[in-house]
Amino acid sequence: MNKKEEKAINRLSVSDRVRTYLHHPGSLILWLLVVIAAIATLGVLFYLIGYILIHGIPYLTPDLFAWKYDSDNVSMMPAIINTILMTLISLVIAVPFGIGSAIYLVEYAKRGNKLVSVIRVTAETLTGIPSIIYGLFGMLFFVTYLKWGYSMIAGACTLAIMVLPVIMRTTEEALIAVPDSYREGSFGLGAGRLRTVFKIVLPAAVPGIMSGIILSIGRIVGETAALIYTSGTIADVALNPMNSGRTLAVHMYSLSREGLHTDQANATDVVLLIIVFLINGISGLVSRKFIKGEQEA
Amino acid sequence: MNNNKKEKIMQGVFLVTACVSILAVALICFFLFVNGFPAMKEIGLKNFQLGKVWKPGNKKFGIFPMILGSIYVTAGALVIGVPIGILMAVFMARFCPKKLHKIIKPAVDLLAGIPSIVYGFFGLIVLVPFVRNHFTGDGNSIFTASILLGIMILPTIISVSESAIRAVPDSYYEGSLALGATHERSVFLAVVPAAKSGILAAVILGVGRAIGETMAVMMIAGNQPRVPNSIFQGVRTLTTNIVIEMGYATDLHREALIATGVVLVVFILLINLTFSVIKRRSSKA
Repeated sequence: MNKKEEKAINRLSVSDRVRTYLHHPGSLILWLLVVIAAIATLGVLFYLIGYILIHGIPYLTPDLFAWKYDSDNVSMMPAIINTILMTLISLVIAVPFGIGSAIYLVEYAKRGNKLVSVIRVTAETLTGIPSIIYGLFGMLFFVTYLKWGYSMIAGACTLAIMVLPVIMRTTEEALIAVPDSYREGSFGLGAGRLRTVFKIVLPAAVPGIMSGIILSIGRIVGETAALIYTSGTIADVALNPMNSGRTLAVHMYSLSREGLHTDQANATDVVLLIIVFLINGISGLVSRKFIKGEQEA
Repeated sequence: MNNNKKEKIMQGVFLVTACVSILAVALICFFLFVNGFPAMKEIGLKNFQLGKVWKPGNKKFGIFPMILGSIYVTAGALVIGVPIGILMAVFMARFCPKKLHKIIKPAVDLLAGIPSIVYGFFGLIVLVPFVRNHFTGDGNSIFTASILLGIMILPTIISVSESAIRAVPDSYYEGSLALGATHERSVFLAVVPAAKSGILAAVILGVGRAIGETMAVMMIAGNQPRVPNSIFQGVRTLTTNIVIEMGYATDLHREALIATGVVLVVFILLINLTFSVIKRRSSKA
């Protein structure tokens, strides 16, 4: 009841608004600018997606999903499998380190610890470094210095460093969001710090950590510049992690650079876009769950 | 006792994992600088950074055109991305109804999630022909790259500015309304100025993203290593210089490319530094 009245007082009818704008042309211009910006942004997004879907879907032929790549069918199946492998290996490397360092920062480090601020600064630096620099470093260190050659594992290690700060930051936020009463309750029952972390704090922070991992998957799947000179561009399934293999994004790059298979490149674009859709959707779901969980707590 | 030991060991393990990011930054700097400095020394720092000719075949390694290229393209991206991004952030924070916001927010997130190679390909098959047909030149130009990069930095600018605008206390807006200002006046003259350090941070993040972008720029900027005379000419940036030639470069040429990376890292570190200074100032205020 009360709410309704409040709304009635504040509500402007269309004629009210028109009258205001007639008296204040400056405001009208500002309003127009804002609306134009919104339409432009959304318009670009929908045009981009629409264009890719319309020009790509008709060329999604079974040939493109053949198990073996050759220069006629330019199949993306090996690249898809490589993408999955690459994502798995990178996460296996990055997730333990990311979660471990977040646990150290939140649960162990004392306040005003110098090391903590150094870790924060380095993590921020890692976030800002462009992917081509990661690629360059991966080439110099993993490929050349450690003599791994162009290989999936070199690419995965490079990507693991790249997504490390993402996982660190989201895990840290998730751990901080766990109420202190959980920890106090656990300590009060006689559990040690380690037990508290693994049995009480971490399980409560899982949704937040998951959203970080999904963000990382998005970055790994879309990455090109860091992979060209680390995992190479061989178009076969890399069952051995020491072999070179191209992920879907690198495959896309090779196709568009050759310029011979524009239609197939469009179709590959569609698959890449669908994967991004899925990742975004899942991350939206998880973060919604996270917020809900927080409110309940 | 046994438990105590386990606690100590695990604390050590967590400490070690926490140091990985320090180790990573140290390794990245070390390997880039060790591999890049000899080339800078051999070519001469001045010749390298201010030399206008990049002809690896003739042992001429001047990256001045690439530095200029990076700056031009980034500036162009800002001209397009910043006004639209800030206005869009204002729209999302203060203009759009809640229901619409629920649709727009994921859309902006999606814009952020699209891989740069997809943007690049879109630029290649849509923007380049468009610029070729409606403006001058062959379409691979600073202008085209600026448009595409402007789109790519939009989500960064929008989401950071939006949270800055939302963080401004409602009393600013309400006070301005109560003084008789219109909704638009209140938002633009009371709320947005109060959020300016957050918005500045958003712009700097956008600069970082634009200057570091590689694949999308490479596909549409033409990549000629020369000082351009007009915005409809092609240009090569620091990032694309590395990606294009690394595949076949050897010896001094290869080291010169790594040195290009060093220059890029120095740029990025400066940007990061500015960003954290501004962030610290805004959190103090």
